[in-house]
Formats: sequence, structure tokens, C-alpha cells
Amino acid sequence: MELTETFLQLILTLDMTVRLSVVLILACLAGLFSERAGIVDIGLEGKMLIAAFFSAVAAYHSGNAWIGVLAGIAASMTFALIHGIASIAYRGNQLISGVALNFLASGLTVVIGNAWYKEGGRTPPLAGEARFSEITLPFADLIRDLPVIGPLYADVISGQKAIVYLAFLVVPLTWWVLFRTRFGLRLRAVGENPASVDTAGISVNRQRYAAVLIAGVLCGIAGAYLATSQAASFGREMTAGRGYIALAALIFAKWRPFYALMACLLFGLLEAISNLYPNIDVFGIFSIPVQFTQALPYILTVVILAGFIGKAIPPKASGEPYIKER
Amino acid sequence: MDKIPRWADIFLVPFINLVLAFAASGLVVLAIGENPFDAIYYMIRGALGSTSGLGYTLYYATNYIFTGLAVAVAFHARLFNIGGEGQAAVSGIGVAVVVLAFDWPHWALALPFAIIGAGVMGAAWAFIPAYLQAKRGSHIVITTIMFNFIGAALMGFLLNGILKNPNTQNAESIGFGPGAHLPTAHEVLAPLGIAFSKSAPLNISFLLALLCAAGVWFLLWRTRLGYQIRAFGQSEAAAKYAGISSVKIIILTMLISGALAGMLSINVVMGEQERLIKEFVEGAGFVGIAVALMGRSHPFGIVLAALLFGMLTQGGFELLWEMPAISREMVLVIQALIILFTGALDNMVRDPVEKLFRRIRKGRI
Repeated sequence: MELTETFLQLILTLDMTVRLSVVLILACLAGLFSERAGIVDIGLEGKMLIAAFFSAVAAYHSGNAWIGVLAGIAASMTFALIHGIASIAYRGNQLISGVALNFLASGLTVVIGNAWYKEGGRTPPLAGEARFSEITLPFADLIRDLPVIGPLYADVISGQKAIVYLAFLVVPLTWWVLFRTRFGLRLRAVGENPASVDTAGISVNRQRYAAVLIAGVLCGIAGAYLATSQAASFGREMTAGRGYIALAALIFAKWRPFYALMACLLFGLLEAISNLYPNIDVFGIFSIPVQFTQALPYILTVVILAGFIGKAIPPKASGEPYIKER
Repeated sequence: MDKIPRWADIFLVPFINLVLAFAASGLVVLAIGENPFDAIYYMIRGALGSTSGLGYTLYYATNYIFTGLAVAVAFHARLFNIGGEGQAAVSGIGVAVVVLAFDWPHWALALPFAIIGAGVMGAAWAFIPAYLQAKRGSHIVITTIMFNFIGAALMGFLLNGILKNPNTQNAESIGFGPGAHLPTAHEVLAPLGIAFSKSAPLNISFLLALLCAAGVWFLLWRTRLGYQIRAFGQSEAAAKYAGISSVKIIILTMLISGALAGMLSINVVMGEQERLIKEFVEGAGFVGIAVALMGRSHPFGIVLAALLFGMLTQGGFELLWEMPAISREMVLVIQALIILFTGALDNMVRDPVEKLFRRIRKGRI
């Protein structure tokens, strides 16, 4: 009895981990594309927020969740384009551009949301087709009764929403694009040594715009997931720092796709734990406060950055505007 | 390449940036269906039209001077301290501990110790990122962002734990004693026969902010350390060759930066709230980035930019009463656009201006 109870808790925690990791995975991969091409992106948060807002708006008015996703992508790509223009065409400070876009998103979403719906920035609740519903994978009900594997398959792997599966597919796809295609090779080269790419007759700027826009698409999907899958409307500041956690995960993963998946699952697990078990009692001796679990992703990232557990070396040219020789 | 004249660099380019930012903000107001010119009128009236409005404007400006100086000092060493938010938040703990530790007989006695408390805590929160940057090459932008979140968690932990006021549900400390009450503008000006709003939170921290601005100017342009900071920021390699220790400069600069950000809690925690609450910084740390950019990292420019942002913040609140369709987050939009145009899109204006001046010069010769 005791054991089954623990097991049910475990299934619940894992299910929540998967749900919460999705946003992190998509945002982290967005950052991966951008930073691998040499454009630092601390605007993940803002892109997701603006995407969440417009996806909620579009899903509400169209009654179709997928139209919401498209609107989210469009909004996020607009922000990505501004970031691209600022940091590629005008050689501006990429960090400052990111900070500005994060600010802009948290302001605009509430200003527009309030003007349109007059509910303090909240959008009307989504119901029915306007929201993603859970997908039951084949045989889920059939093997639910099997020990261990059954509930794991039926409740953790099956019964998630479409974007969840999409996010997990984007991980190998990202790896394939970056490490097995010509486009990916060029993209990584632009982030390490743009001058050499330029010498080979390939446009550095075009590669970088492509990377930044891909980041826009991924952040758009992440934002849409927040508003149309995880929640059922847009709420102010609903990204709640996840863009920064994704950034932390990216460093934790040392800018690699599968490591990124692991880091995001770990940080998702930490978030699930802090949601489900606010204060953890350790053998009745002391209790771990919820704030510690919440801060753990950031603390771990600092430790990684400090080089105590391996060394996190960013792409060489990241953050540097490329100025073509004349 | 030809350089543009100094006046164009300091005034013309930022001014055009500002005009563009306001024009873009105006479009947002227009999109909501309100008149942007009316909005500007209401904002200016709200910010400067009464002593209460002015008091709030200067109160916010005080915060922005502190955080703007913090960002600027780091900028001079080519360090981007994005952690002003966390440093300011944690410094509030220093103020609260100092003020609550004793039954202070007079504010003039409490203030220096509170300044030390705030400065030490703010500097401490900047120290670890600085140390990791200097010794281990960990990027200070990322570590300071991380420390913002760790700081927020620490505040939540302490204010729900040992610093919590047991008599309330809220995560806040107990109220400060009357002996630590900083004189407000009303109390200072009333004996001089000048009537000033009682409700405005403006207090003597404003003078402290001006003092800090002067101090930062003196530090950067009149001391050996300031010279070393600027030299390091211009060229790390050259500074090293001249015998300047990069570890020393990075750490000292960040300690000063963190301490300056920490002064914000003198104004807010000690001057206005008179207790420690969780989210008293309210984004002022980030606004400091905009202020430092607008002010071209010069203390005088920072004071002017802080006044502008103070007006924006206060005017934005007043705007709510006149135009209910606009929410207070409009201020955030304007600030974001100012950061975007002055910080990230600066070359969009600078390139054509440079071209123009080159053409003028050629025409003359």
C-alpha cells in the first residue's frame, strides 16, 4: 500500500515534469539556434510572452487552437526580427536589445489586453477547440493495468497535448539540422568564426537572420503552449521567468541539443517538485524550503558557469556583431 | 572615420532616439484608440502639475539615479551589470537588519549605519558574480541575471521566515521605529515656509542620490581608481600592459556598482515603506539600464535621464485616471522603447547622422 502510494506520487511528478518541461525545451532550443549562430538572446522570455498573448487572442476569436499557435509564432517572429535588425543590421548590443524586448512584451501584453478585454491583462478563457486537448496514444487503456510500465505509458507518455510531442520531436530535429546538414554547419560556423564563413562566400547576415527567426518560431510555439495547453487563457507575466530558466538550461547543456533536453527535464522536475511538495521534510531533521527548490536551477547554473562541474564555453563569436571588411 | 561633433553625440543622437521612442509609443496609444498628445499632456501635468506629483516624480528619480549610476559605473569598465534588481532587493535586508537592530534615537544617527548596511549587502550580492567573472571567466551578464532570481528567492525565504512580521499574513517585516524615520520633503520644507505635499514620498534620500552622482563623477574622472576603471573599459589588454590588475578592477567596480544599487533601499525601504516588503524594487534595477544608456553613462546625464524616467513613471500613474483605457504598463512600453532605440538601435540614427556631418564637412572644404 505504502509502495503503490509512493509510485502514484512518482507518476504524478513525472507527468507534471513533462508538462512543465515543454516550454523550457522549446525556449532552450530557440536560444540554442540563436546563440550557435552568434546572436545572444536574453529575449526568450519576451518572445514567449508576446506569443502567449497573441495565441490566446487568436485562439479565442477563431475557436481553433492551431490558429492560436500560428498567431503566436507570427508575434514571436516579429520580435525576433526586431532583435535581428538591432543586432545584425545595426550592430547593436544584443543584451540590451533582449532586455528591451522583454520589457516591451510585459508592457504591451497588459496594455493591449486591458484595452481589448478590460480584465487586467487577462484574455477571455479558452474552451473546446480553442484549447489543445489531450491525445491518448494507442493501447494506453489496454496496458494501463500492467505493473510499472502500464501507468508510466498511460499517464506520463500518453495523454499529453500535441505540442508536448512536438517539443520532444524538435530535439532530435535540432540535432540533425545543426550537426548533419549544410545549413547547420554554416550556422555553427557563423557563431564560431564568421570571418571564415564570409571568406567562403556565404552571407553571415543571412545565416544569422535565419537562426534568429528559427528562434522566433520555437519561442512562438512555446508561448502558444503556455496559453492554449498549460493554461486556458493569457495571464499577465504568465511566462514567470521561464525564458531565463531556459537560458540557464542552455548554459547547463553547454549549447548541445540532447543535453538541453536533459537540463530542461531536470529544471522541469525541480519546478514540479516545488509545485507538488512546497516544503520537503528530510527525515524530520530539517525541511528544504520551497524557495530553495525554486532557486536551484539558477544556483546550479552559476555553479556550472563557475566551472566547478565541467566548463561551459559559449560559441566563440556569440554576442559580437560581425562587421564585414571593406 | 570622421567623428560626429561632441554636441551631436551627446545631445542630437539621444534626442532623435527619444523622439523615435515616443513616436512608437504614440502609435501604441493611437492603436488603443486614445489621443497620444492628450496622453503626453496628462502625463506632464501628472508628473509636474502639483507638489504631490513632483514629489513622486523626484522620489522615483531618486531610485533611478541610484540604479542608473550602478549600471554606468560597471559600463565604464565594460561590465554589464544586469543584476541591479537583485542587488537592490537584497540590500533591503541590510537596511532592515540595521534599523531593527537598535531603537535609534535619531534618524541622523541611523542613516549612516543603514547606508553601510544597504551598501554592504548590495555589494555582497554583486561580489560573487564579480569574483566568478574575474577569476573564472563566467559571463557576468548571466551570473547577475541568475543572482536576481536567487535574490528574489532569498527575500521570499527570509520574509516568510525569520524576518516575517508574525502579526500579518503578508510576507513583510515588522514596521521600523519612529527613530529611523527619514525626513520627507514636507517636513524639511515646512519650517522654511514652503508648502509641499504631505503625501509625496520624496525624502532626503534624493540629496543622497545627488551626492552619489557627484561622488561617481569624482571617482571616475578625478581618482586613480577611476582612471584605471575607464582604462580597463577602453582596452583590457592595454590596461593590463600598464600594470592594472583586471581582477582588482572587475571586483572593485562591481562592488561599487552593487553598493550604489543598494542605496535604492534607503529611499524605498527606509524612506517610504518603513518596513521590508518583498517586491519593493519594482523593476527600478532594469530601468537603471535605460537611464545609464540615455545618460551616456555620465553622472550628469544620468540625473537628467532619471528625472525623465521619474516623470514617466509618475505621469504614467496619473494617466490611468484620465484615460482608463490605458493601463499603467504603458510606462513599461515607453521605457522598453527608449531602451530599444537608445541602446540597441542606436546605429540606426547614428549612421545617417554621421553621413550627414561628413557631407556637411566636405561641402565646406
